[in-house]
Amino acid sequence: MIFAVDLLKPFTYEFFRNGLLIATLAGALCGLIGVFVVLRGMSYIGHGLSHAVFGGAALAAVLNMSYFLGAGLWGLASGLMIGRVARKRIIGADAAIGVITTASFAMGLALQARFGQAKQSIDAVLFGNVLGVFTGDILAVAGVGILSVVVVVTLYRKLLFATFDPEVAGVSGVNVPGMEAVLMVLLSATILVTVRVIGVLLISALLVLPAVTARLLTNSFGRMLWLSPVLGAIFGGVGMYVSWYADVPSGAVIILAGTLVFIVVYTAVGVRRRGRVAGMDHHGPSLRAA
Amino acid sequence: MKSSALNSSENAFPAPLIACDHLSCTYGNGTVIEGVDLSVRPGEFVGIVGPSGSGKTTLLKAMLGSIKASHGSVTRAAGLSVAYVPQLETVDWNFPVTVGEVVGMSRPQKSWWPGSSSSERQAIEEVLERLGLGGLVQRHIRELSGGQQQRVFLARALIQKPDVLILDEPTAGIDVTTRHEILHVLADLNEGPPQGDGIAIVLTTHDLNGLAAHLPRLVCFNRTVIADGTPSEVLQPYFLERTFGAPMEVLQHGGMPIVLEQGSDELRLRLSRKGAS
Repeated sequence: MIFAVDLLKPFTYEFFRNGLLIATLAGALCGLIGVFVVLRGMSYIGHGLSHAVFGGAALAAVLNMSYFLGAGLWGLASGLMIGRVARKRIIGADAAIGVITTASFAMGLALQARFGQAKQSIDAVLFGNVLGVFTGDILAVAGVGILSVVVVVTLYRKLLFATFDPEVAGVSGVNVPGMEAVLMVLLSATILVTVRVIGVLLISALLVLPAVTARLLTNSFGRMLWLSPVLGAIFGGVGMYVSWYADVPSGAVIILAGTLVFIVVYTAVGVRRRGRVAGMDHHGPSLRAA
Repeated sequence: MKSSALNSSENAFPAPLIACDHLSCTYGNGTVIEGVDLSVRPGEFVGIVGPSGSGKTTLLKAMLGSIKASHGSVTRAAGLSVAYVPQLETVDWNFPVTVGEVVGMSRPQKSWWPGSSSSERQAIEEVLERLGLGGLVQRHIRELSGGQQQRVFLARALIQKPDVLILDEPTAGIDVTTRHEILHVLADLNEGPPQGDGIAIVLTTHDLNGLAAHLPRLVCFNRTVIADGTPSEVLQPYFLERTFGAPMEVLQHGGMPIVLEQGSDELRLRLSRKGAS
């Protein structure tokens, strides 16, 4: 009985309950948006945006501004600049992201070194700090989460068509650039509200891990779309809980928990898939090889 | 917009469904197609032949309206429904999507919930059944044969009830049996009612003997229209050399033209000699 009481002990602290709630919500949100990040090859954009947000967050902390306002505006400006530079074509989008977001990140580091008094909150953005969350943070994650679910459900077919086959989707009357813009806005909002929980350096992993694990478990887009948020929520919740006992930053444990599950699934599915593919070779689509 | 007009542009001249008028298109800094005059009329079955890089796909995309004309114009009949079947090699086969999801994604989402209604599910089942894909709704697109994969994308196009069907290289990388199977399906769709749907079809191919020679109308294309007519009118050494940039011989066999690359005999001789020594 003592054991059971011990396992429930962290729940007696409000800050832990808040932390667990926000980690679970953030995991689910990143899992949902992560489906599109993974399928559209946007993970580098996610990585870049989180670094850009860090610069904005540092600036906001130094200027004593609201985090959401400072980091949000900064992230938006970086996103627009990336678009502008990448459109010139001479510089690829990946290089444009590299230049703009690392510059933003470097500015954040410089501010952190120069203005020590803002250090605490800047550190939180860098490594994530679930234990310092306020009700406002929880509401922000929940709000972006609800918005994302509503958008993904109501625009489901268009988002699927534009992601799977943009060329034909455009011909069939889907506003493909519009769908891309919608996904960029959701991704930016997701990073903005979850980065303080998970940390700049780990957020791109949380955007990718649940989605790739879900991908290994299903061949259907519809199923992947609910499986990935469920996995993200589990990673977030379990990681948060374990971090209490391990006395390790929660962001790190969340990612490690996700990685562990991914490895297990990858190994299990790999064995099964290899068998299936080998079985298909005899009568299968070797036709396209030519 | 369904039309029961007879095949071939020679009978009566119904208004074209799609008309390219002096069409030129530019990509980046180079002109890809130039001064194209081409129209597709109800019930036609048109094959566009030309080498890789000749601008065939660009022409199709201009007809679909996904590429803008830099000169001239493309006119589509009012209310025309055009469906496109992309080249199989442009499809992402690792994408997590089932046969049913591929066919369903092209239907507009009528309610807030994305799941298919029972009438939609029935329509999807029907179109799959008709193309010989019954029972494969839940299959992942990679777990199909080449012919089935081609037909899934055909099904996605057909569920939109098109007046014109445009296909980019529908037989590229597909074996002989599958090619026949695809051609038969297309012929059924092209045939006028009551047996068929009377859908006008435009496709590109570089398979001259296996595909092009069987079609009622052929267009030799390399940056612009070089010849336009029946296979026996168009498959002539003069046009072929201008299209493919290499001399070709044309034989007649059972009333059908067969195209041979010149110099292939010599090459075969050289290679076989090498093998013997």
